[in-house]
Parts: sequence; structure tokens; C-alpha cells
Amino acid sequence: MATRSKMPTTSDLVKASISGKKTDFVGIAVAFILLLTVFVSLGILITLLADMLIKGWSVFADRGWDFISSPLSPDPEKAGLSQAIFGSLILMVFVVIVAFPLGVGAAIYLEEYAKDTRMTRFIVANMRNLAGVPSIVYGLLGFAVFVQLLSGITNGRTLISGGLTLAVLVLPIMMITASEALRAVPDALRQASYGVGATKWETIRHHVLPVATPAILTGSVLTVARAFGESAPLLLAGAVLSNFFSAPAGTGVVTLVTEGDYTALPIVVFNWARQPQKEFVAITAAGIVVLLVILLLVNGVAIYLRDRASRRAA
Amino acid sequence: MTTAALDLSGDPKRKRRERRVRILFQSAAVFSIVVSAAIVFSLIGRAIGFLLEIDLSQLWADGWFPRRGRFDLRTIVWHTLVVSAIAMVVATPLGLGASVYLSEYASPRARRVLKPILEVLAGIPSVVLGFFALKFITPNILTTFFPGTQQSNLLAAGIGVGILIIPLVASVSEDAMRAVPIALREASYGLGAQKWRTSLSVVFPAALSGIVASLILGLSRAIGETMVVAIAAGATGGSLLQVNPLNGGQTMTGAMASLAIGSDQVVGEAGTFDSLFFVGLLLFFMTLALNIFSERFVKRFRQRY
Repeated sequence: MATRSKMPTTSDLVKASISGKKTDFVGIAVAFILLLTVFVSLGILITLLADMLIKGWSVFADRGWDFISSPLSPDPEKAGLSQAIFGSLILMVFVVIVAFPLGVGAAIYLEEYAKDTRMTRFIVANMRNLAGVPSIVYGLLGFAVFVQLLSGITNGRTLISGGLTLAVLVLPIMMITASEALRAVPDALRQASYGVGATKWETIRHHVLPVATPAILTGSVLTVARAFGESAPLLLAGAVLSNFFSAPAGTGVVTLVTEGDYTALPIVVFNWARQPQKEFVAITAAGIVVLLVILLLVNGVAIYLRDRASRRAA
Repeated sequence: MTTAALDLSGDPKRKRRERRVRILFQSAAVFSIVVSAAIVFSLIGRAIGFLLEIDLSQLWADGWFPRRGRFDLRTIVWHTLVVSAIAMVVATPLGLGASVYLSEYASPRARRVLKPILEVLAGIPSVVLGFFALKFITPNILTTFFPGTQQSNLLAAGIGVGILIIPLVASVSEDAMRAVPIALREASYGLGAQKWRTSLSVVFPAALSGIVASLILGLSRAIGETMVVAIAAGATGGSLLQVNPLNGGQTMTGAMASLAIGSDQVVGEAGTFDSLFFVGLLLFFMTLALNIFSERFVKRFRQRY
């Protein structure tokens, strides 16, 4: 036996060829290219943020709070964001009041009540397709229905029309995220609740919703953030592109919502971005910085909520 | 002792409440159908009105100039295709590369950092990318390589839209790849395949239906994207058909936005403003067809494990 082992056996040869220290060039190249694509995307994001900060910095340095608190103006040295921020906030209130209950309610029906009928499948398919409809088409809906058809209720081109349009726009997304949150609730919880004699609604209210709430809230916050950055539908749903005067101080919020001209942060950014004068570049970039800071804060809150919830579940 | 029949039907008040709650939720669900119906009806009525108002030969005319009664569909559809194609050229390699990296290569820690960053990119509003395309991509990049670039051009708009859909492509296809069972990867390793071969020859093909769906969804988003095009592609008011993407031109969405901007002071030929609804209807059906196609595709070619 000992003499034989001096000769390289077949198994030795195989072993040598398997564990050979050949460098895997293709593997390194693939890993490098994949990493490169990630870094290019990151690089684009960083370039975008840096470019906006560089272009807009002078506005914050020279004007500070004045840029936030001033109304619109044809003069880029004086123009500010107060009306835009007010408009965007009220629009978000509409989105939350209208889209949140409708979206969550529909999700509860589809996930907890509905049987697998043709109607249910139609509603689900319809919801998915609605989520894919381009936002400007919702603008046409908003114009035809809220600005024109229901002008008796919305008073035409007001924040009500804009808010309802955005609410309808995010409704399918709200439904989808809430449905996913409800589907993630383990069925054992429901069975246990029925087992002690609870009705459907009692089960949903006391056992399903408490578990699903963090995920529903996270999804809703992200959805509202998306509505915050939307501008295409508002172009049609009555937002004013040019400058307009603020209502005199002391005008009630209700009057502003039901009667006044309105605009929103992304609409103002759009309007400034298409002005040919050079002076508008700085305030456009500064407006974008304000928009992004608000969005990052909102997204940050949502991601933090989700991380905390998933860590607790783990 | 009389044994009265035990009433097991429950508290009638409780039952009534159950029914009320159920109807409430059901009507919320049905409302989404109302929304769809409202979209279709508000579009169709005025789109037909538009076709009746105009001289139909103008749908095949010289350029898209709605205020002069020229509604050449070839122009805006072609520009939309150009912009979407450029967007896909940008988003496909970057989105798919990022998704393979995140799903197969990244450590859990790297994922925890990179995923939220991708989500931030996904949350950037399209007006921002439009401005970025107009004031950074065009002057700082495109004019360096292509000196003849116009200030507003289709190429910059396409790149901007592409950046916008990277996160969508990346996250949908990453989900598809992560859904591939670990056993497939282990079998591949067991046969002696390296990581890259496992990722590209086993996981990627196994997830192909989801990956293709992510690209179709991306394309559908690109076609419907409005603000990037409205800011960066230029040609407010109308344009001739441009073959060169370094020139400005109006896409379907761009044409809609510029009509919308002037919505209260539109003056021009009959049908100028109503052309918005016709283009909107066309856009609606194009994206609807793509979305349905992507869903069918997934259903048909998904491998079940």
C-alpha cells in the first residue's frame, strides 16, 4: 500500500485540479461590473443632490428664512415659497382624509371579507391597472370631474379639486400597500379570535389591525410622500402656474381652501424651472432643496417606522 | 323542567353592526371601479368630441401644432418612443445590475444601507429630475460630447426618465430573484459552479419572468412620465418630427403638459384643448396594454417552485 501512494492516483489528480489556485477572472469581472452599476446609481443621486445644493446655496445664504416666508413674485430676488408650502400641506390633508380611509377600507374588504368571486378578481385587477395609469391622465380626470362637473361642490380651480385629484391618484397605491400589510398578518390570529367567539369585525378591529398597523402606516406615509412630489395632475386640476397675490392676512383657512387660487411646491419648482432668465436657476434649485428636505424627512420617518417594526417582529 | 330551544343566532345588534361594517368596506372597494369608470368616461367623451371637431386629415400632418390645428400623431408618438427607448437604455443595465448585486452579492449589512438609498432615489419627484436634465445633464455632459445639442432635447429627457425608473426596475427584479429558492443555488454550487455562474446562469433565468415584467413596467412608466419631458425636452407650443434626439421635440405627455399649462387661455383652432383628452386616451390605452401584458407574461412564464 505504501509504495503505491507514491504514484499520483486519479483521485489525487482530480483533487489537484479542483483546488488549483487559478484566479477566477470572470468572477471578479462580474462582481466588479455589478458593483459598478450600484455605484453609478449612487453617483447619480449624489451628483443630483450636490448640484442642487451648489446651485441653490446662494439663496439660502443671502435670504435665509425670507425665501420660505415670501409669497410668489415675478422678481426672482423676492419670490418665495409660502403659498406653495401652504398649498402642498392642504393637498396632503385631503390625501390623508380621503385616500387613507378609502384605501384601507377597500383593502380590508378585499383581504378579510371578499370571497374569490369574479367581482373580487375584477376589483383587484382594476386596482393594479389603476396604479399603472400615468399621473397626467388623473389630471384629466380631475379637470373633467372635479374642476368642471362637480364645480358646485369644489368651486372650480380650488385646493378641493387639487386635493381630491391627488387623493384619487394615490388611492390604488394606498390599497395595494394596505392589502400587503393585511396579508402578512398570520391566519392563526384570526382563527384564535373566531375560536373564542368574536365576530369578523371584532377580529379585524382587535387582532388583525393592531398587528398590521405599523406596515399600513409606513406604506401610507410613503404614499403621501409620493403625492407630495406629484405635479403633472395638478397642472390640469387647477393649480395656478403664474404668480398670484396672497389673500390678505387674517383670511380663514376655509376661505383659502374653498375660494383662493392655489399652487403647490412642485408646481412652483416647475414654473421657475421653465423661466428663461438666469436668476431663476438659483431659486429653482433652492426650491428643490426645500422639496427634497421635506420628502427625505417624511421618507426617513417611514423607513424608521418600518425598521423598528421589523426588528420587533424578528 | 322545560327545555327551551337555545337561541344561538346571536345578539341582533351585534349582527346588524357586522352587516353595516361590511357594507362600508365593500363600498370602499367598489369605489375603485367608480374611479376607473370616471377616467374612461371623462376621456372618451371629449376624445370623440375632438375627432368630430377637427379635420381628420390633420392627424397625419406636418408636425404637432395644436394651436394651428395640426395634430400629427406620428410626431408625438415617435418622440415618446425615442425618449422611452433612451430611458430603457439607461435603466436596464443600471437597474438589473443593481438588482443582481443586491439579491446575490450584497452582504446583509450592505443591503441594509443600499436599499434605503435606492428608495430615496425612487422618491425623488420628476420635476427635480427634469430640472437636473435641463441644467446639468444637457450643459455639463451632453454639450461636451455632442456640441450640436440644443438647450432642450429629447436625449436629456430620456436620460432623466431613465434615472427615474432605475429604482422601479431594480426593486421589482430584485424581488423576482430573491423569490428563487435557495435550493437552486445550492444545487448549482454542488455542481461546482462559481458564484457568478450561479447568479447569471441559474438565478437570473429562473427569475426571468419577473425581470421582464420589471422592464415592461419601467417602459410603461417611461411612456407616461410627464414632468421630466415637459421641462427638459422643450418645444412648448409644438414641434416637427425630429429624428435627431439632440433636438427638442414634443412627446405625448409633453404635448399634454403644454396644453394643460395654457388650459385657461387656450386660443386656437377648434379642438386645440380637446386634443389633450384624445392624447390622454391614447396614453391610457398604451400603458394599460403594457401593464396587462406584463401581468400576463408573469402568469404565463413564471416557474412554480
